[in-house]
Amino acid sequence: MNDTDAINEVLVRHGKDGTRLMQILRETQEELGWLSPATLTAIAAGINWPRSRVESTAGFYSFFHTTPLGRYRVLWSDNITDRMLGNMDLMQAMCKKLWLEPGRVSADGLVSVDTTSCTGMCDQGPAILVNYRAITHMTAERIDQMVELIHNQTPITEWPAEWFKIEDNIRRADILLTNTMPPGEALRISFARGAATEVETSFSERSWHESMQASDIGASATLDEIKKSALRGRGGAGFTTGLKWEACHNAPGRTRYVVCNADEGEPGTFKDRVLLTRQPDLVLEGMTVAAYIIGANKGFVYLRGEYRYLLEPLNAVLAKRRKLGLLGENILGREGFNFDIEVHLGAGAYVCGEESALIESLEGKRGVPRNRPPYPVTNGFLNQPTVVNNVETFASAALIAAKGGDWYRSFGSARSTGTKILSVSGDCERPGIYEYPFGVTVRQVLEECGAHNTQAVQVSGPSGICLNRDEFDRRIAFGDVPTAGAFMVFGQQRDIFEVVRNFVHFFAHESCGFCTPCRVGTTLLKNLVDKIADGNGTRTDIDEIFHLNRLLQTTAHCGLGHTACNPLLYTLEKFRPAYERRLKLLKFVPAFDLDAALSQARQMTGRDDAGAHLETQSEIAQ
Amino acid sequence: MSETNTFILDDQEIPFTPGQSVMQAALSAGVFIPHLCYHPEFRPHGSCKLCTVKINGRPATSCTTPAAHGMEVESNTPEILDKRRTLVQMLLIEGNHFCPSCEKSGFCKLQALGYELGVMTPRFNLMYPTRPVDASHPDVLLDFNRCILCELCIRASTEVDGKFVFALSGRGIKKHLVVNAESGRLADTNFSLTDKAAQVCPVGVILPKRMGFAVPIGQRHFDDAPISAHVDEFKPVMPGPGGRS
Repeated sequence: MNDTDAINEVLVRHGKDGTRLMQILRETQEELGWLSPATLTAIAAGINWPRSRVESTAGFYSFFHTTPLGRYRVLWSDNITDRMLGNMDLMQAMCKKLWLEPGRVSADGLVSVDTTSCTGMCDQGPAILVNYRAITHMTAERIDQMVELIHNQTPITEWPAEWFKIEDNIRRADILLTNTMPPGEALRISFARGAATEVETSFSERSWHESMQASDIGASATLDEIKKSALRGRGGAGFTTGLKWEACHNAPGRTRYVVCNADEGEPGTFKDRVLLTRQPDLVLEGMTVAAYIIGANKGFVYLRGEYRYLLEPLNAVLAKRRKLGLLGENILGREGFNFDIEVHLGAGAYVCGEESALIESLEGKRGVPRNRPPYPVTNGFLNQPTVVNNVETFASAALIAAKGGDWYRSFGSARSTGTKILSVSGDCERPGIYEYPFGVTVRQVLEECGAHNTQAVQVSGPSGICLNRDEFDRRIAFGDVPTAGAFMVFGQQRDIFEVVRNFVHFFAHESCGFCTPCRVGTTLLKNLVDKIADGNGTRTDIDEIFHLNRLLQTTAHCGLGHTACNPLLYTLEKFRPAYERRLKLLKFVPAFDLDAALSQARQMTGRDDAGAHLETQSEIAQ
Repeated sequence: MSETNTFILDDQEIPFTPGQSVMQAALSAGVFIPHLCYHPEFRPHGSCKLCTVKINGRPATSCTTPAAHGMEVESNTPEILDKRRTLVQMLLIEGNHFCPSCEKSGFCKLQALGYELGVMTPRFNLMYPTRPVDASHPDVLLDFNRCILCELCIRASTEVDGKFVFALSGRGIKKHLVVNAESGRLADTNFSLTDKAAQVCPVGVILPKRMGFAVPIGQRHFDDAPISAHVDEFKPVMPGPGGRS
């Protein structure tokens, strides 16, 4: 098949619909290897968009490439947990064997090796993506075999199957992960809440319209249970789910949408991956319950590109649910309740975890957060009222729909009801998934995951909070230590400064670039931290970090910029020696070595006396 | 005319018509709020963040926030001016800005705001990005070195000209302007010097060819008075929530 035919096949599969541009680009790239200028022109013509807008989208996402990057594209997950497992040495070894530099394509155009943001395999790293397929547990032996396979141009489909095995590592399960409810149960019970009312009115002659009202009663009674449960969003912000759904239901619109945020990009977080593997029905049922309550016909699961391998299994579950009458038209025989779900794959952009950026991406555009208000509940996907919730929120909502708000409130604490799934990684014996009722102490988690001599815990990823030893009695709860799920453990042997440096680089890489303070500021922070790492840091640089933090917190466009300084702030407060032992001087020192810059001049003039040197650093210090 | 529609901006009472943004109301009343991505003929964008103010103690962009009665808005405070100064410094080190040889010197809003806000040093290390110029078009030179990513040319080409000549590509610090052509060259688009998009650049990216230094230094637009004294030029051209839709 030639390129034109391949592009056309993808375009036709997606109805030449521009809002499906992300999927069109991804599938075309899977076929052709990269997105050439001519390919972008053909896609633009196909969806009838200006070419500039197609290039705009293609250029935004890390996993779309508009230059050829080889038939084998190897990306090393570069979270701090991967680093602690030795990923940098392994990557260097791989590059050496392949005769190439990180970030470059081999001379024969066969292979490229680079780093990528956390791929969500922190409990089984070092992890890589090869042509966007996840491989875990990288070792020197695996690298040898892999280099061989690449040299022999063996297709990835013929690589050892065990490399692609992803473990769930569930260490502690509670109400979500032990769920055995049959598919459809939460929906049936939700409908029955309306039916109970229908029976009471069945003596009167009911018109079709009235029976619809009865279904509304089921929906509103289920919404009452969600509200009663006091469920709060599990993605990090913690907005009350019942209120969000009610606002969306009440918002005027042509139609409504339900979006499941499975763009699990916060480094150190991988609990949604396990939920979507082990409890996909519960998640999809939660979405369907939401659709029933707000009156939506269409739903999306926005799955991060790193979890490409989950696409086919999720599509299989969706197909099964359609067959069972749990999706599609007249769901479970309920006249007029039509709802279907589609998986939308992201392409490597952390900022798309922000709900309005996620919606932009769903519409085929750059993942840039919108100006808010208006919020998605009134003006979301295609400007219609839209509910966006985290994977874990929908799973919890399905349980609540089936078992009631009072039952749910019996778990957790009064203000943080239910359970929370933690993704534990780093320096511990048993990394993996731990589901706890809210209110568990950090210390208990550390004990149960087998962490000894712990120096610090980073909760909720780089944008979250860094806890030191004095704070391990704090509790995982909205009122104390809230979290989207990441729980990274750092032992006494770790250099906290290197942790922070990794996080600061992450934010600079993931800033969308929309607003000045975040676009430029995250890179300035990166440069400052690197300057300190290189031994050229001074007090002035620490002051500049605080100055930039004040700027980003007040002027950045979205949460990414607001929280980009958090790793620095928390650790400057709690782990100050990690910085100070690197600071040479209290005076200003430039980022480059002035004296070294004169070495060529010395060589040319044949001088090396004291007069041919600048004053030394120790002289300045005096 | 209702007397109840006013807010306080740095101890001054500012009237507004419902639907106006804080920025529009301030400019209408003759009070300048620094800005780069705002343009009176276009919908607010909110990306440059220079117009950040504090409204009832909370930071917000004045171009995107609707005015409301009784608001207390801080704009001309040392804290906010310091932030705006830093933002201008960020834009200056992010690109390659060399005012003495720039055709737009004296007409450039970034330069004018640098003077207005007292930018005396770059503060940060210059980034020196590689941004080749595009001289392919017969009538127009594109010097991307000066681009501050305000998206005004994009908005003008999309909303007024209907041509989609400009767009952004890349992400983060690598974000950059692209043109609507497979070759990447302006000559291969339908761009014209008479386009609205050719008129709106606040800096010196889009320059007409064969017209160098037509106005002598000393007589240029912002040579006579600081940009804040030119406040009348930025007054909203139409009432309502702002500009073209």
